[in-house]
Amino acid sequence: MAQTQTAIPIEQRGYADPRVLVSTEWVAGHLNDPNVRIVEVDVDTTSYDQGHVPGAVGWNWSTQLCDPVVRDIIPQAQFARLMGESGIGNDTTVVLYGDNNNWFAAWAFWQLKIYGHENVVLMDGGRKKWLEEGRELSMEPAAVAPRSYTANPPDLSLRAFLPDVQAVVTSRSASLVDMRSPQEFTGEILSPPGLPETCQRGGHIPGAANIPWGKVCNEDGTFKTADELRAIYEGAGVTPDRPVITYCRIGERSSHSWFVLKYLLGYGDVRNYDGSWTEWGNLVGAPVEKP
Amino acid sequence: MNTHDYATRDLEIHGWTVRVTSYATGGRYHASVESVDVGARFARADGATREEAESIALDKARERLARTPRR
Repeated sequence: MAQTQTAIPIEQRGYADPRVLVSTEWVAGHLNDPNVRIVEVDVDTTSYDQGHVPGAVGWNWSTQLCDPVVRDIIPQAQFARLMGESGIGNDTTVVLYGDNNNWFAAWAFWQLKIYGHENVVLMDGGRKKWLEEGRELSMEPAAVAPRSYTANPPDLSLRAFLPDVQAVVTSRSASLVDMRSPQEFTGEILSPPGLPETCQRGGHIPGAANIPWGKVCNEDGTFKTADELRAIYEGAGVTPDRPVITYCRIGERSSHSWFVLKYLLGYGDVRNYDGSWTEWGNLVGAPVEKP
Repeated sequence: MNTHDYATRDLEIHGWTVRVTSYATGGRYHASVESVDVGARFARADGATREEAESIALDKARERLARTPRR
């Protein structure tokens, strides 16, 4: 197996809740654990078919984790159906991983928490680290025995909507954090190369701090230590004593940072604004900051 | 099957710094290109050799970057 940089073990990184992360080694040791379901969720929805962690099921974020008609996350009943059809019961430990250092795996994590699934973790380093370490891949779809699943009503304390953000822009009662690249934040580009969801205007929501999502990861895709993460956020004025709203372009990079702030650093009030810049940047008359 | 020959390198295309990653599985090479600033993969290709896979992926990357307007 290929050697990668030596990461500090998860339990030694000082996280507020280290139980939300597992290592690639842990996953490799639980491939046949009947209480564990591994799920791959990628930005590039064809990645799963090119090889995946043995036994993992693949979720397509654009068709299975989004309402196909209304712009929204999937409703409660559809979520319960997806979980059950994926062989997930209410007591199953769900291990999520994906490409781009877990962008959409974190988005799926956020949805699982919205609907009250207790045992859900991210594989630290995601698909990239699994490949880099030369671990086993499978081309075979997972054999899944459907389970019965009951979803809770959505916990909307984890989600910010447009009126919430509009109120914060006026009151400055919460920290707004933009996880996009500096080029998107300044309006130099409307969306990253090759990604189709865009908007009419470039720039950012007034008062937002720009902390690109990738700052929280090491070169091998694993998360930095709690001390390093605190320095990044608190250095930009995003402190645990104030509510935080994260946003990006469509809500996936911001769910990655939401995960860091809420679980790795233990901030008490963190919401993900999944409408993000593709909502705000298309609004007629919305205030925009652009240097 | 296992992955092997994992490699990355950085290049500049149309003013963007991109990272090319390639590896082999089951006798095929897979290459992808990501924007370093954004951290997102935006081009991918397969091939019988590393050179073939990277060449096709980089052609796609050049085309997509050329179509990404800067303001």
